[in-house]
Amino acid sequence: MRPFDYSRAADADTACTAACAPDAAFIAGGTNLIDLMKLEVLAPSALIDIGHLGLDQIEEQGDDLRIGATLTNAELAADHRVRRRWPVLSRALLAGASGQLRNKATTGGNLLQRTRCPYFYDTDTACNKRNPGTGCSAIGGEQRNHAILGTSEDCIALHASDMAVALRALDAKVEVRTAGGSQRRIDLADLYRLPGDTPHIETCLAPGDLITAVHLPAARGDRQQYRKVRDRASYAFALVSVAAVVGMKNGRIDHIALAFGGLGTLPWRDPDIEALLTGEVPRTALFERAADTLMRDAEPQDGTAFKVALGKRVLKAVLTEVTA
Amino acid sequence: MSVEMKIDGPEQAQGDQTGAQAVLGYAADRPEGGLKVTGAAPYAAEPCPANMAHGFLVRAPGLGKVRLTNLEVVQGMAGVLTVLRDDRMIRNAAQGTSEGAPVQGVDQAEYVGQPIALVVAESFEQARHAALALRVDTAGDDLVVNPQDAVAADDDIDETAQGDLESAFASSAHRIDQTYTTPSLISAAMEPHAALAEWDGDKLVLRASLQMLKYSRTEIADCVGIAPEDVRVLAPYVGGGFGSKLGICAEAVAAALAARQLGRPVRVVQHRRQVFEVNTRRSETTQRIRLCADMNGQLTGIGHQALVSNLPGEDFAEPVLQATHFAYAAPNRLLRREVLRLHRPAAGSVRAPGEAVGVTAFEIAMDELACAAGIDPVALRLRNIPRNDPESGLPFSSHRLAECLTDGSRRFGWSKRPTAPRQQREGEWWIGTGMAAAFRVNSMMEAEARVVLSAQGVRVETDMTDIGTASYAILGQIAAERLGHPLSRTEVILGDTDLPPSSGSGGSFGAASTGTAVWLACEELRRMLAGRMGCDAADLTLKDGYALCDNRRRAIADLLDGASVTGHGRVQPGEAGDKVRQATTGAHFAEVAVSDMTGEVRVRRLAGTYAAGRILNPRTARSQCHGGMTWGIGMALTEALIHDRRDGHVVNRDFEAFHLPVNADVPDLDVAFVEDRDDWLGPLRAKGLGELSICGAAAAVINAVHHACGVRVRDLPATPDRVLEGLV
Ligand SMILES: Cc1cc2nc3c(=O)[nH]c(=O)nc-3n(C[C@H](O)[C@H](O)[C@H](O)COP(=O)(O)OP(=O)(O)OC[C@H]3O[C@@H](n4cnc5c(N)ncnc54)[C@H](O)[C@@H]3O)c2cc1C
Ligand code: SF4
Repeated sequence: MRPFDYSRAADADTACTAACAPDAAFIAGGTNLIDLMKLEVLAPSALIDIGHLGLDQIEEQGDDLRIGATLTNAELAADHRVRRRWPVLSRALLAGASGQLRNKATTGGNLLQRTRCPYFYDTDTACNKRNPGTGCSAIGGEQRNHAILGTSEDCIALHASDMAVALRALDAKVEVRTAGGSQRRIDLADLYRLPGDTPHIETCLAPGDLITAVHLPAARGDRQQYRKVRDRASYAFALVSVAAVVGMKNGRIDHIALAFGGLGTLPWRDPDIEALLTGEVPRTALFERAADTLMRDAEPQDGTAFKVALGKRVLKAVLTEVTA
Repeated sequence: MSVEMKIDGPEQAQGDQTGAQAVLGYAADRPEGGLKVTGAAPYAAEPCPANMAHGFLVRAPGLGKVRLTNLEVVQGMAGVLTVLRDDRMIRNAAQGTSEGAPVQGVDQAEYVGQPIALVVAESFEQARHAALALRVDTAGDDLVVNPQDAVAADDDIDETAQGDLESAFASSAHRIDQTYTTPSLISAAMEPHAALAEWDGDKLVLRASLQMLKYSRTEIADCVGIAPEDVRVLAPYVGGGFGSKLGICAEAVAAALAARQLGRPVRVVQHRRQVFEVNTRRSETTQRIRLCADMNGQLTGIGHQALVSNLPGEDFAEPVLQATHFAYAAPNRLLRREVLRLHRPAAGSVRAPGEAVGVTAFEIAMDELACAAGIDPVALRLRNIPRNDPESGLPFSSHRLAECLTDGSRRFGWSKRPTAPRQQREGEWWIGTGMAAAFRVNSMMEAEARVVLSAQGVRVETDMTDIGTASYAILGQIAAERLGHPLSRTEVILGDTDLPPSSGSGGSFGAASTGTAVWLACEELRRMLAGRMGCDAADLTLKDGYALCDNRRRAIADLLDGASVTGHGRVQPGEAGDKVRQATTGAHFAEVAVSDMTGEVRVRRLAGTYAAGRILNPRTARSQCHGGMTWGIGMALTEALIHDRRDGHVVNRDFEAFHLPVNADVPDLDVAFVEDRDDWLGPLRAKGLGELSICGAAAAVINAVHHACGVRVRDLPATPDRVLEGLV
């Protein structure tokens, strides 16, 4: 680990200004960042601890919920409002990592966690995300925890968060404070960028941009589900996951939001699938078409080929259950 | 004086001759347990002598000739004391009982990840930072790393044949011919490999995490170039070994060399990612199994051909066929093993080398035969239990497989099982059951121990290790029992080569071998006490610190008259191995649920019934079995080292990516033991137990998957994608 400065910001302004320094990074729970620093995948010269800014609050705003960026995943999952009205979020959180990690991991850190591509963590291999222009070791190498949707020739890394998948299905927005002191609110969908030929740029955040909260609008569907398929019963990233938020009316799908984990280079959502399903009577043939639509542009490698069939199957099963 | 014994024949004394103290065979607590769970037991890397420096191993990022391109820069980095590149550093861990140095050298990387330098600095962080800053170039040699690209050389092929398998196969009523694969596996014990080396003049004191000290002492002496007498190895507490600490490991040799060069104590701890590549892995295997049987399910032929791998220069070859030689009777047999030379990390012993993978594949094949022949899997095995060793004709010293199978199936409720697969469904889950037999060779190793008896009580001394296996508990129980002392007045000192050389821990032989040495040392003391009592040792009863015979009772302390007395015991394997076939056996039963939607498998129940000689401590014995069965679940469902297809390096070098089963994967495990009194084991009559419970456990799970959903997985582990392939 390279020596670094550590400071505990007194307020958000100081934090944002300090984080504008070259190589500076915010640290929240540290469950991802510290691992990356030990391996020297990342070597920030300064860490700005945002754990004492009072960003760990959760409050109701009308029917909506505002979730502080440093609230832990464990606390968020256990919140009685979340469990009652946004159960898909609670389930997604509890399906992630382990109890110990969730006690440290935060809302903001979870959104910005780095991929689990093993080559990204191995500084002896080429990786465009870690070292732009060096090549991608996963393509032509070993793949499993990799994406099949939204990939590029330069990177097939997965966005591995479970929480972000649920948040995408819930139309969450992210509150960002910039170094200049201004605030902005962006759709979670717009936070992330596809890898393209710049896989090292993952979000639209600029240096010094601090996520202060996640804004959760009232859920539009009372039927919610999170299904995660993984290599062991707990403590593993998703091979495939599906978050579904559905409202039914007169036997028809009135509203539906579907987001996917384990498949995309970012928490995946496909408006075409939702358009196809909305207003329809649930039936097998329809679900088949939805599944085909999801995978129409899939670009699997040999190690991830199974995700096409698995993803379709899980989507169909979730749709069957959630619309029944 | 010393009581010595060679196991040449059956034990003459009748019964268990336990003693009057009634502590042997009881579920005693582990005396060091409290120290371990409170952090008070010092593991190898915990003592911090003054002036200690820290070393961090540097790995080769590629294959071939190694060149360092910024050595001067790194040598000048903050805190760096030296960048050690010494031809005596080792390529990989020594194999168990090798007693000499393994392949040495740092100029040529023969596998990716090979340690090629040690950076030593004032602090651990400085050493690691400098090690990561060191730029290592390799020539990028195009060496063979994949099994499919390799062919075994003639002297890497072993074959034994009896009868004529081909014609038996062709004319049989029932037959199967299938190929199974198991991936590279690793133990990755909780305590990473670690060493602290200090020199006192020309003498080396090494604190390390090792299993077999007397061998490792000779190995490190040979590596460094000194006499074994000049080395003292200390390993009082070891946080798991599973074979990966049988031989001297890279960090220990590097630490010793650096400490000598710098004239300071040097500590080197393997990073978790190094644990996954610089010790020894379990070889991947490809196993073609042919079985044929007559109308009644009597086996007429067994073919078992295995491909395994290792680095050039390693003489260990995964003994996949070890149990196939004796498990089942069949007149026509063909057993063949080929070793491929691959430039992957070295292969070596991993808990139950051979049987863990060999029995697993074989017992899946037996299930396939049972299905093909329409015979109940338990009945098929019962029908084929050999009377004598099928190849040598030697009798078995004891054989309790039939009891394990019948008792085990009763405990599990096997008879309630529907015969055909795909019969039980709960929601999206298919439910099924499966079983497999367990086999493991049993061996005894030379071992010595010393027991000191004084007014304070009993003290056992040997260089034996406790690698989480309960050596402290059971050796104390044996001595307390034989010398009539409560456990509270019995002390066990282990893990120091200044003490009498034991068997060490490995191959499940530790408890039986070193335990027998302790027994014999006690025998000497018993004879002496009998002499002082004026009676025959056989008539002497020792209990609660008193000696009793002929209606006379005296405090043992009085008999000692203030002095302490020492007994010495030594056991050696004798001719028993030429006269009988000795093994442990068992039966596994599993119930699983398989998701029809995702292919995920959940083990709902796993039960094991084992015959492993006298059970010295049922609590610690059961705990060993829990561990082994959990390994079985991992082998069946989750574990695999992934090698990069281009250069063979291990891709998943941490616990996030190498999937050990977690609590949610492991149901309540049911363990039972059947009576097994094997006379060919010396007076202790204990057999090895630490490994048996892995052997075949994975097969029970895989067979249950088939029974549940009809999918036969032949490439382990049965991850959701592999199960799903059969479901769609
Ligand atoms: C073994 C293991 C298993 C895991 N399994 C899962 C799983 O199954 N599912 C899953 O979803 N996750 C999993 N995780 C990931 C885990 O959820 C993340 O590590 C965690 O959420 C990160 O949160 P943190 O607060 O610790 O972030 P940190 O490590 O502190 O930070 C992560 C990144 O976010 C930045 N950052 C943090 N907070 C802010 C902020 N407010 N504004 C701007 N930037 C910020 C940091 O600078 C850093 O770059 C696993 C992690 C591990 C180690
Ligand atoms: S997939 Fe992306 S993160 Fe992984 S090696 Fe390729 S470029 Fe790096």
